[in-house]
Amino acid sequence: MSPPPSAVADPDGALLQTTGLTRHFRLGGLLSRRMLHAVDDLDLTIHEREIVALVGESGSGKTTVARLLAMIYPPTRGGIFYRGRSVRKLRSRKDVLWYRGEVPMVFQDPYSAMNPVFRVSHGVMRNLKLHRPELDRAQRREEAERVFDIVGLNPAGDMLRKFPYEMSGGQRQRVGFAQALAVQPKLILADEPVSMLDVSIRAGILNMMAGLRAEEGASILYITHDIASARYVADRIVVMYAGHAVEQGPTEVVLTRPKHPYTQLLLSAVPDPREKAVPVSADSGEPPRVIDPGEGCRFRQRCPYAIDTCAQITPLLRPMGPAHDAACHVAVAESVDRDGNDVHSPASTERVIHQK
Amino acid sequence: MPEPLLEVDNLSVSYLTDAADIGAVDRVSLTVQAGEFLGIVGESGCGKSTLLFAIAQLLTPPAEVTSGRVAFKGQDLVQLTDSELRHVRWRDYSVVMQSAMNALNPMKSIAAQFKDTMRAHERTSADAIRARSAEVLHLVGIDAAHLDSYPHQLSGGMRQRAMIAMALLFTPQLVIMDEPTSALDVVAQRSLMTQIKQLQQQFGFAVIFVTHDMSLIAHYSDRVMVMYAGQVAEIGDTGSIFERPLHPYSKGLLDAFPSVHGPRRALTGIAGSPPDLGRPPSGCRFHPRCSEVMAQCPTIEPDLYMIDETQVRCLLYSEQLRDAV
Repeated sequence: MSPPPSAVADPDGALLQTTGLTRHFRLGGLLSRRMLHAVDDLDLTIHEREIVALVGESGSGKTTVARLLAMIYPPTRGGIFYRGRSVRKLRSRKDVLWYRGEVPMVFQDPYSAMNPVFRVSHGVMRNLKLHRPELDRAQRREEAERVFDIVGLNPAGDMLRKFPYEMSGGQRQRVGFAQALAVQPKLILADEPVSMLDVSIRAGILNMMAGLRAEEGASILYITHDIASARYVADRIVVMYAGHAVEQGPTEVVLTRPKHPYTQLLLSAVPDPREKAVPVSADSGEPPRVIDPGEGCRFRQRCPYAIDTCAQITPLLRPMGPAHDAACHVAVAESVDRDGNDVHSPASTERVIHQK
Repeated sequence: MPEPLLEVDNLSVSYLTDAADIGAVDRVSLTVQAGEFLGIVGESGCGKSTLLFAIAQLLTPPAEVTSGRVAFKGQDLVQLTDSELRHVRWRDYSVVMQSAMNALNPMKSIAAQFKDTMRAHERTSADAIRARSAEVLHLVGIDAAHLDSYPHQLSGGMRQRAMIAMALLFTPQLVIMDEPTSALDVVAQRSLMTQIKQLQQQFGFAVIFVTHDMSLIAHYSDRVMVMYAGQVAEIGDTGSIFERPLHPYSKGLLDAFPSVHGPRRALTGIAGSPPDLGRPPSGCRFHPRCSEVMAQCPTIEPDLYMIDETQVRCLLYSEQLRDAV
């Protein structure tokens, strides 16, 4: 479907951008004043053909971000701009359909995301009928087979006739991606698409996501708590903690020279069979539920480096290196030598992890 | 060698359904020494949970042990009656279930659930129960104030810890754990594993730990058993299996992990999906998905071959075949 005439391409090549995106939920009854801060002041940019990983523990607000972007509920504050156009201004059914076709979502649990009484072709065909009305019945069938082929469900003709219960978890998740692909998306919101799947199946889905970007030109927002898989597919990583983005930057930079203590904690917790175990103390802390927070860094109770300032002032993202930001009062920005090359800052990862 | 704490010998379990008998566990033999940490790895549907339930004698129809024995401290658990089992269960071995969310009773406080557990196996005064409950909660790093909490007031990680505390009420010699960390985030997962290991070292109980995540047990287990389609695919020391996996399936499982360190490598994963245990493939059960499949694999069923200290079920290691080539 062609974009409505008012849509203009963003000059920076940003496909989707959020500014100060915030979502609060009221807890308790109507009279309750207690607010859960799921997402606070998130500035997120996703470029064309880019895979961005949103990494964080459960409760960090990452799924809320996906739902905000998918227009499942509106933000409390802040804006979402798709191709420079405010999503809030999409009012007519036609505009909303257009946006949902450009930015579809793939859900976490492939076992509950499909209606068990319909064949798996149902979802794909419905998407096609709704979002691409120019196709006739035969073309829709053809297109459904094409997207099933792309996601590796072959022979597509047979697969389309199956019921969800006849498929494995990995196959169902591929159906989820096929449904998203059918609408010719520009940005796929993938909410933990592999976390419910067996390890042996995960690699296939991750490879497929990389392929979708390469061949279909789709951008992907990959939401996960698994930082290793984020490294495998993503160009850029945004780490979330308790509703705040605490660090962002190119994948390799963030993972080799993490600046925020939380990123360092996440990295040290990743199990890797090829590595000797790094002795970390049993950090039994868990992300807080952010209810009516005051000022201050939300990680400070778990942070080994917390100073007095951390309890008084909420740290904002500040530059740590080229395209690399962290929201931490203690983190030291990388010094840049005369030629403009990065130099390892004194607070290097290794030292920091062992200190814990 | 001292007599093993647990000796599972040729154990088979089937689900007896009207349509067919589904062999979920097929002639599995394994031993666990006192104080040992055995990891069992496999995909969903490979029979690993069924094996655990068979060891713990928790199977309910239509699942049934069709052959083999489970010797715990020399006593065959399969032959014991329910009332005899009651004396052994939880006192000598306990089970931590997969999902604490479902395993804890949402209507009862933690203290009440601990009390039920203790009363079922021993006559003790209310004060003693309360004291012991507080003690085990403290062991897993939960404040005794949470004794009067209900499960919904605890986070996922704390609920899972409470389950482990419950398993330790009688200081058993064997704790069986069925994916205790799979519902948790990486950080919580890591800290729980570290805690389990510390408790194990402190009290010297043996652990059987089931998971689908190979990397999770790399640093914690002494021995690893890789299960595929109800059978033992490979069993041996953790160090040697992670350094030099023999079975193509073990290799595949290890290669399925993206790494956060080192160069970015392409992941291959394992093609296809686990077989339907009602109709397992002929010959080697892994052959339809195997990257090193040979002409004989679909017809000859491999035995477990002993290579150094590792047992592996793969024709690549059959001496007869090797001599023939």
